[in-house]
Amino acid sequence: MTATDAILEAALRDLRVPAPPALADRTLVELGLADRFADLDSPIGPIVVAWNGRGVSFVGRADEATFESRFATEIGRPLSRGDTVPATLASAIRRRLAGDRRVRIPLDLRGATEFQVAVWLKALEIPRGEVRPYGWVAAEIGHPRAVRAVGSALGHNPVPLVVPCHRVVRGDGAIGQYSMGGPEVKRLVLSTEGVDLDGLVELAAGGIRYVGSDTTRIVCHPTCHHARRVQARHLVRFRSLPEAVAAGYRPCRICRPVASAA
Amino acid sequence: MDDRDLSRALATDLDAAFETLLRCHVDRIYAIALRLLGNAADAEEVAQDTFVRAYRAIGRYDARRIRGLDLRAWLAAIAVNAARNRRRRLSERQPALPLTPTAAGSASVGLPEPDAIRRAEAERLGRHVAGLPERYRVPIVLRYVDDLSFPEMAQALGRSEGTLRAQVHRGLALLRAAHDADEREELTA
Repeated sequence: MTATDAILEAALRDLRVPAPPALADRTLVELGLADRFADLDSPIGPIVVAWNGRGVSFVGRADEATFESRFATEIGRPLSRGDTVPATLASAIRRRLAGDRRVRIPLDLRGATEFQVAVWLKALEIPRGEVRPYGWVAAEIGHPRAVRAVGSALGHNPVPLVVPCHRVVRGDGAIGQYSMGGPEVKRLVLSTEGVDLDGLVELAAGGIRYVGSDTTRIVCHPTCHHARRVQARHLVRFRSLPEAVAAGYRPCRICRPVASAA
Repeated sequence: MDDRDLSRALATDLDAAFETLLRCHVDRIYAIALRLLGNAADAEEVAQDTFVRAYRAIGRYDARRIRGLDLRAWLAAIAVNAARNRRRRLSERQPALPLTPTAAGSASVGLPEPDAIRRAEAERLGRHVAGLPERYRVPIVLRYVDDLSFPEMAQALGRSEGTLRAQVHRGLALLRAAHDADEREELTA
């Protein structure tokens, strides 16, 4: 080897430069081995969204002090603050919260059971402005008796609002629990979405679970958009599905009332 | 943790061990990508892509295959492929390949003169390396920037050691010629 070769080889070795400090952390987030979080505006005010390369992983209220500790307990991955929610995710979340159910939002639900995921995906089918009873979700996912388990799965929804667990309420008109801050917040979110909560409570107080139209002879959940189109003079109220069926009404194919829904 | 322990840990629990793999190898993979591409922004993307591909690959491998991996050569091979794909895509969009200053070498104010000269020399050499034909550029970068042995390079690139020695030799000659041409240009300028 000549002296020039040795100098050239040494110069080539000097071309090693360290990676930018943020590269490793960014790669871990991309892989879903770590998460970032940032604030995002929503219909109920600012929320906090955590995400990684696989999708949205955790959602909480911006005014809660426990977001990071809840994430640590429930998810357990390293979490750090990012500047903003990535633009594509942010716009997808905003569209979803505005009622666009077609928009796809990647979700990172690793660690959840098959049952929990089935419950959450079912909640995603409930349109904005409507609610369904816990028992309806249980029946729809093929576990009609697992009403309490459905409630528990909804309570553990890591991505509230994005997966609208708030649209599942008790059949007796009580609003039920809400993981993102209790019944008051649930009421606020549902009102923002245009649900007539007072009307629901009034119906439930009278023992009414379903409504139908005496012209179409179809029976629906009270918040089903078909039921809401029925004129007051044609509206018929039912305490149970068997009562409606006995009166010659068939269940709506859109909101699919089920006999066991509590 | 050395690479043997690391590959055993990866075989046992990929998610728990992958961060160690990433932090142990990120600098060298970034350096390989930077010198193959000559551009810091592309190098960051290729380095990230390398680890994403590695993670997915290990996820598909059985434990025995993971334990048998030579992580240094294996990651280098992934980085070389990722950089090649990247460069191909870039060349479809932009024919020339400018060498943008790296973050480490971009601040030029207030540094002592010898540093500035060394940096300018390094940038020029980096440009020459990035401008080499691929069959010489890859062996030169793996041999000197990454310090892989010829057997490791043979494993990573699937070429014989003899071929690689010849390609490194030829690559060095081209770099010397490029350097001399620059010097002559400066003298006559």
